Amino acid sequence: MFSLKDKKLADKIVNDIKKSDIKLKFMHVCGTHQDTLVKHGLDALLKKCGVEIVQGPGCPVCVTTAREIEEMLNLARTGKIVTSFGDMIDVPGEEHSLRSMKEEGYDVRTVYGIEDAVKIAQNHPEKEVVFIAIGFETTAPTTASVILNKPPKNFSILCCHRIIPPALKAIVEMGEIKLNGLIEPGHVSTIIGIKPYEFLSKKYKVPQVVAGFEPIDVLMGVWMLVKQIKTGKAFVENEYSRVVHPNGNIKAKKALNDIFEPCDITWRGFSVIEKSGLRLKSKFEEYDARKRFNDDLVEIHLKEFHEPEGCMCGELLRGLVTPFECPLFGQACTPESPIGPCMVSIEGSCNIGYRYSSK
Amino acid sequence: MCLAIPGKIIGIDEKNEHAIIDYGDGTKRKANISLVDVKKGQYVLVHAGFAIEVLNEKEAKETLDLFREMLSVEDDD
Repeated sequence: MFSLKDKKLADKIVNDIKKSDIKLKFMHVCGTHQDTLVKHGLDALLKKCGVEIVQGPGCPVCVTTAREIEEMLNLARTGKIVTSFGDMIDVPGEEHSLRSMKEEGYDVRTVYGIEDAVKIAQNHPEKEVVFIAIGFETTAPTTASVILNKPPKNFSILCCHRIIPPALKAIVEMGEIKLNGLIEPGHVSTIIGIKPYEFLSKKYKVPQVVAGFEPIDVLMGVWMLVKQIKTGKAFVENEYSRVVHPNGNIKAKKALNDIFEPCDITWRGFSVIEKSGLRLKSKFEEYDARKRFNDDLVEIHLKEFHEPEGCMCGELLRGLVTPFECPLFGQACTPESPIGPCMVSIEGSCNIGYRYSSK
Repeated sequence: MCLAIPGKIIGIDEKNEHAIIDYGDGTKRKANISLVDVKKGQYVLVHAGFAIEVLNEKEAKETLDLFREMLSVEDDD
């Protein structure tokens, strides 16, 4: 229904950017943007026009920490039915992944969404069923909606939800990478609207564009950023206005506020990012797997975790390197035998780079 | 993860909680509609089994016109 595949328009946008004679670096934080960029060769095309685009921490599976992975594995190990989005089950922990646990006979099930996990809990009242709740603001309202509807007593969530604006603030404040602009994720913005990004333009003078996922959307997003830079402006522009309303989705935001409160949380590749996580409010703690199964998880909470040796997922998630700069890429680390999560998730830039470069 | 797919609502259950979505490629699947206000016949974006936003076909068509307009304005600079 929304086919934005106008070649003439795309050529016009690219020519306009080329004429600008620029050398800029932008970051986006969404696997679907990365997929569009690489699948259609826009990353290489834009690089020739002087615009380099890096992915940043925009992949929920990738930013989930080694500690959270071990929590998931221990929940399976201690007899719970662990339900998860498909991308998560191949992420390697210290010795196992959820998939290898499943192969050893533990009860790990892939679900399409949280409602499928609730159904499993209804069908197995004698078992504890834990849903691995990962995802940014796009996904967190689906968790909130289910918790508001009082799921069965044998259902709980391992909450790993994170929110995007504090991570962007961390990237900008760390100053490791000089960014000229940010391409904001269209479907996160569908929920939160455009206001939560405004402080970045006001305080740090970073131009921002909320963009959709068709090739024209991404090109237009880049064009809008270039135009802001050329005219010396920095504000939040909405390229994806056919879907993203300035105030976002009010109902979804209310569900988020009813159920969750912000908390400090570590992202893979980062240290703790202040108020970048979501946790269940205390009145919903009966659904919090960390509280309910504290005895099963306490050892993991006390343990130190390290990244896999040689893995550059951390640097990649901070936008410092491309997948091709990692010595493990395509050699020791492939989608069939991944070492880091960026090679596992279909939203990880290593997985995307590998998939399209081997075609 | 943040992938969302557009589809058309072809039926809504009595509790107004779930709808049948037609994705136009022969796939029809149930989605939760409690995060949006929708009617039968409307298009929605679906993510992880939930409709997260209502789509407006007219606005979508206008997007391209708007882009063309912006680019030609740039030409006149």
